[in-house]
Amino acid sequence: MFDFFIKRVATIVPTLVFVSMLIFGLQQLLPGDPAMILAGEDQDPTVVAYLRTKLHLDEPLPVRYAYWVGGVLRGDLGESVRSQEPVLHLVMQKLPVTVELALLAFVIALVIGIPAGVVSAVGRGTAWDYVANVFALWGISTPNFWLGILMIMLFSVQLGWLPASGYVSPFEELGANLAAMIMPAFVLGNAIAAVLMRHTRSAMLQVMSADYVRTARAKGLNERTVVLKHALRNALTPIITLGALELGTLLSGAVLTEQVFTIPGFGKLIVDSVFNRDYAVVQGVVLVTATAYIVLNLLADMAYFLVNPRLRS
Amino acid sequence: MKLSARLLCSALLLALAPFATQAQTLRVGLAEDPDVLDPSLARSFVGRVVFSALCDKLFDIDEKLAIQPQLATGYEWSADSKTLTLKLRQGVTFHDGEKFDAAAVKFNIERHKTMPGSNRRGELAPVASVDVVDTNTVKLNLAAPFSPLLAQLADRAGMMVSPKAAQAAGDKFGLKPVCSGPFKFVERVAQDRIVLERYPQYWNAAAIHFDKLVYTPIPDATVRLSNLKAGQLDFIERVASSDIAKLQSDKKLKTSRITEIGYQGITINIGKSEKAKQNPLGRDARVREAFELSLDRTGLAQVVMDKEATVGNQWVAPTNAYYAKNVPVPKRDIARAKQLLKEAGVPNPSFTLVAPTTSDAQRLALVVQAMTREAGFDVKIQAAEFATSLNMADKGDYEAYILAWSGRADPDGNLFSFHGCKQPLNYTGYCDAETDKLLNQSRELRDPAERKKVFDQIAARVMKERPVIYLYHRNWLWAYTARLSGVREIPDGLLRVTGLKLAS
Repeated sequence: MFDFFIKRVATIVPTLVFVSMLIFGLQQLLPGDPAMILAGEDQDPTVVAYLRTKLHLDEPLPVRYAYWVGGVLRGDLGESVRSQEPVLHLVMQKLPVTVELALLAFVIALVIGIPAGVVSAVGRGTAWDYVANVFALWGISTPNFWLGILMIMLFSVQLGWLPASGYVSPFEELGANLAAMIMPAFVLGNAIAAVLMRHTRSAMLQVMSADYVRTARAKGLNERTVVLKHALRNALTPIITLGALELGTLLSGAVLTEQVFTIPGFGKLIVDSVFNRDYAVVQGVVLVTATAYIVLNLLADMAYFLVNPRLRS
Repeated sequence: MKLSARLLCSALLLALAPFATQAQTLRVGLAEDPDVLDPSLARSFVGRVVFSALCDKLFDIDEKLAIQPQLATGYEWSADSKTLTLKLRQGVTFHDGEKFDAAAVKFNIERHKTMPGSNRRGELAPVASVDVVDTNTVKLNLAAPFSPLLAQLADRAGMMVSPKAAQAAGDKFGLKPVCSGPFKFVERVAQDRIVLERYPQYWNAAAIHFDKLVYTPIPDATVRLSNLKAGQLDFIERVASSDIAKLQSDKKLKTSRITEIGYQGITINIGKSEKAKQNPLGRDARVREAFELSLDRTGLAQVVMDKEATVGNQWVAPTNAYYAKNVPVPKRDIARAKQLLKEAGVPNPSFTLVAPTTSDAQRLALVVQAMTREAGFDVKIQAAEFATSLNMADKGDYEAYILAWSGRADPDGNLFSFHGCKQPLNYTGYCDAETDKLLNQSRELRDPAERKKVFDQIAARVMKERPVIYLYHRNWLWAYTARLSGVREIPDGLLRVTGLKLAS
């Protein structure tokens, strides 16, 4: 297990190098001159020329890449040309927001999705199964932004129970933070819960028909122990994989949900930066997100060892 | 504590309550997140909304676009119009306590002109030097007469920042701006909020009735409106045209409609690149005239903007004092359009109309396509993201392009850069020596009546060639709580905080 861990960690650096080249290269494919966009509507030629020099746009691609990577290695992710804020500062500002939203949404997804999947599998063919499947279909089909706007109209405008938008740091006021985050977290978590529910159901159905489950029942174990201790544990492997991927997606920023609820996370930042051709911000955010994905996948791999003792040898 | 004592204390508190100071915050919803808060570097419209509370200018404009004093209380032109003497307001300080005086004005003008990346350089290009006459008098010496200068000084080019703070912060000034407006900068969280607090030493403090201003960028118009309705915002700008009518019946809200100083139009490549010659629309003015005659501008304003636009055919609205009445808005005339196309030898011209991927531009493109089909035009629509479309226009890699302009108080700002030969915003490639001569002449004249005559001549020449088909001037649509009073409807679309009051 330790060897496996070391080998996986050793692949992180070359993976990140490859990802950095990919991010940098793909951005250059975006049509349009970034200096023109960043120069604003007046298009002053002096400003455009100044921006081209500042962004090294007239230099060869490898030279520009070297400038950027050199900065990254010194802990300098560059500066937003639009707002002049250091990219690292923007990332550190947005990361906790995105992490909190992602974790809350993930917890909601787990709390709803896995039990619903278990109930659906155990009660296959019954009304519970039907209800769970309808819920899953609704969750997968409902667009996030539509659900978000409806929730705002109901809970904020009509009932006045929750704030329509905004973000308050949990260290400032925890109650206000949770009040602001519950709707966006539910909107995001709801869609993932539906997916998790379907995969949990599928994995459980496969495991429940296994011999060892029949043996466990034959030994006289109660159904709760059979389902939770034997069946679910063995069904967790594909669910962990899916969960890690979904969490990674959440950490990259839920653009539409952040837009609807005005959550200042990664999603809004990266979309605005792409449209404004604010290259340094896009590169910095994507690099951080890619790192998060890689680390999450590593954690998922380690989690397999926890649930499946046979892998430890 | 005895009951009687408690009652007495409660009674005392209740009696004193009306006199207790209640901190008031005005919460404003913006359509975008502003860019850098440095008047020299700033380049977005929405940044100006924040600046109007943060950074006073030498002048301001009123509802009729007339120049009004702000940090400058008066001005005088020299006889040859090459020197502008400004009298400055006394007793003004910056947010860091530094005095505002003639030396500060000199510093700021020079900063606007020389700072690397400054977007004010072109606006102040005619200013050759600045002389400090005395503490409260400054002279701007011009290389040539330039009457739009006052309008420039009523915008970002006239914004004054603290020289001490600017020198200390260098090009990072925008992260913590220090100006002399009614509110000073507190904090900014990108895409979340900009917080300003009242500056107690503001020269017009009596007109300021808020302690705090919070600007929240909310790009989606529906979400912005929901926030207003939920009571989380007090004021929102750029309400969607499809929503404004429904708000009329909401007693808790008020609305404002202001005709913009900009325009929406179709820019045509008539000489920017070889592509202009390859297409009859770019080659032949008769085809462009036929195209214009096949459009129903009233219909466009109705369908695309839900009637929230003023029909026009020039760079200024028909209600503007400089509108050329000699070139009125043409009525739709399909028969004449067909005749012109026949004369031009192209009964069914085909071209591509580039439309940015905003909902307004896309709707406009579809309606234009349908309308002009009746005259025989075959308009193909190419949707392009704004950055891409702008690049195409700059290179001349287009035939026709839907492009709007936010507008400037002086008509020169809507005209010179677009129709002057080789000017930065001249995407059409229009270049006429006589028009250039008239454009320069309009800049040299100070008398509005004289300038109007020149603008009339420019309109006649430019409208004959039709490098831009001006369609309409959109309404700035605002919505705010009915408790808010003192809202001034100024055509630049910027909320003025002076005089605003929020009833409890």
